[in-house]
Amino acid sequence: MELLLQQAMAGLATGAIYACMALAVVMIYQAIDHLNFAQGEMAMFSTFISWQLMAWGLPYWIAFAAAVVVSFIGGVLIERVLFRPIHNAPILSSLVAFIALFSILNSSAGYIWDYTIKSFPSPFGHKPLLGGLIDTHEAAMIGVTLGLLALLYLFFRGTRLGLAMRAAASNAESARLVGIRVGWMTALGWGMAAAIGAVAGMLIAPVVFLEPNMMLGVLLYGFAGAVLGGLTSPGGAVLGGFAVGIIENLAGTFVPYVGRELKLTIALVLIVMVLMFRPSGLFGRSVVSRV
Amino acid sequence: MPKDGVAVPTEAVAQTGVWARPTVRHLIIAAVIVVALVIPFVAHSFVVFELTQVMIYGLAILGLNLLTGFNGQFSLGHSAFYGIGAYTAAILIHNYEVSYLWTLPAAGGVCFAVGFLFGLPALRLQNLYLALATFALAVAMPQILKFHALEAWTGGVQGLVVDQPEAPSFLPIDDDQWLYYFTLIVILVMFGAAANLVKSRTGRAIMAIRDNPIAAAAMGINLSLYKTLTFGVSAFYTGVAGALGALAVAFVAPDSFNFLLSVSFLVGLVIGGVGSIAGCLFGGLFVLYVPNIANSISTGLAGAIYGVILLIVIFVMPAGATGFVRLAVTRLFPRRRQVSVSGSEGGKP
Repeated sequence: MELLLQQAMAGLATGAIYACMALAVVMIYQAIDHLNFAQGEMAMFSTFISWQLMAWGLPYWIAFAAAVVVSFIGGVLIERVLFRPIHNAPILSSLVAFIALFSILNSSAGYIWDYTIKSFPSPFGHKPLLGGLIDTHEAAMIGVTLGLLALLYLFFRGTRLGLAMRAAASNAESARLVGIRVGWMTALGWGMAAAIGAVAGMLIAPVVFLEPNMMLGVLLYGFAGAVLGGLTSPGGAVLGGFAVGIIENLAGTFVPYVGRELKLTIALVLIVMVLMFRPSGLFGRSVVSRV
Repeated sequence: MPKDGVAVPTEAVAQTGVWARPTVRHLIIAAVIVVALVIPFVAHSFVVFELTQVMIYGLAILGLNLLTGFNGQFSLGHSAFYGIGAYTAAILIHNYEVSYLWTLPAAGGVCFAVGFLFGLPALRLQNLYLALATFALAVAMPQILKFHALEAWTGGVQGLVVDQPEAPSFLPIDDDQWLYYFTLIVILVMFGAAANLVKSRTGRAIMAIRDNPIAAAAMGINLSLYKTLTFGVSAFYTGVAGALGALAVAFVAPDSFNFLLSVSFLVGLVIGGVGSIAGCLFGGLFVLYVPNIANSISTGLAGAIYGVILLIVIFVMPAGATGFVRLAVTRLFPRRRQVSVSGSEGGKP
């Protein structure tokens, strides 16, 4: 029982990383209706920017804020410069554009900051909590993820701008007719996703350490979490992220014989099995199309 | 509902337009084959090896294209089918000393079965959810290949060494040239078969499912059967490519069949042209050569240059090379096209 609890808490801590990323993934999915494969690399780049600012002697919170602002502007610019011209291209072409962006960001970060592993400070420290089950940074990560979720919920449900963004994503044509500037809403969605990604990156970096490839695994699990929870539901995505972390850890410990070597495989198979029964994710709305 | 006499310009019409002058098309294909036959005698042996790889990638991309381009099902898992094909060939040659000729049908058969079975759960999933399921397959494959209980067959982390096929003694060519011709024969047969499949009744059913599943079902097409079969055939093609890849590289290792290979196939598919058979070979060229070109421009920034090239290509030809060529041909040789579509064609809702 104690082992179960311990593994579940460890899973919760890794799950918090995935949940952060899943949240960013769902955010941009809501805004642009595409999965952004370069999301992880954008977050990694933002984290490097804040690391650079700190290396130049700025205090943590100023670097943090600056990185979030720069990422927001960067996200908007990427949409305006790269994705606006091809927004009518087939979905697979935009997928390749994401792969290109991924490659560019990854390689440039490696070129500018090289591939050595760097440690990244945490403002919350690493003191043990709950008798060593979880440390302060992990607890803070869970807290910040849930806080971001609450803020986003308020933004999308309670503000005119949030409503306009949702309208632009779900039905661009009609949104344009009622006077919403759909193009700018999309750009805004990119900016917000980049900013959330930056926060996620800076929370994750103290755990996985800072290097250009740090986000690859995290992003994949973040996707898995987002899809498991349902791409239409930010809350579901966060829960999905936590679930992926916990399943992965428990499978490694409790499935006999194959568990340790194939824990990733087991986690993914479980997710696919869940999708068999809930094809739109656990909390997603199934899309009804008119014929 | 469209009234009678209203022409509906559809994709199918554009294709019959191209097919309407078969002589030009056939001449081009014949010319390409002749050039392909001559190359091994004039090019450096390393180039011959590279072109063999291009054909193999082209075949794998064709497999993906049958599924994604013609049937509309996403897959990020084709690296797994490629890997299964490669390992089937390697295990048969390494452990059971089977002749390499028999490894291709064996690899294809195994992959068809796996693909067909994977197609069953895939029936319930759409778009991104299907992408995740196939992605799971791609991520799981290297782990399964490394799994210790299978080590006796797969060689674990070490992988397996495969004997390279030797040229028949009655032919005055070396092993690399033989492999090239062998691959060329295989892909000519398989590309021809794919072209026929797409033109057949079955092919029209497959494409009808892509264009409008509900209408296709209403016309009496068995969606589950055709979708799973397409999955199987697609895996068959990619599996045979994998077996050829194992023969060409003469070595298989678990980590060469990772998710990034799937991404390469996807890039090749889009660059070549979604839903185009000849475009797959162009995709193969791109996948093999462009990373090398990027690397030769700058080693440190190779990934960034690759990304920029990719972006430029997408900006210049959003519908891939095939779409670009089609556009260029219609611009350069505008011809009178009397399109008459019978009322039964119907319009999209």
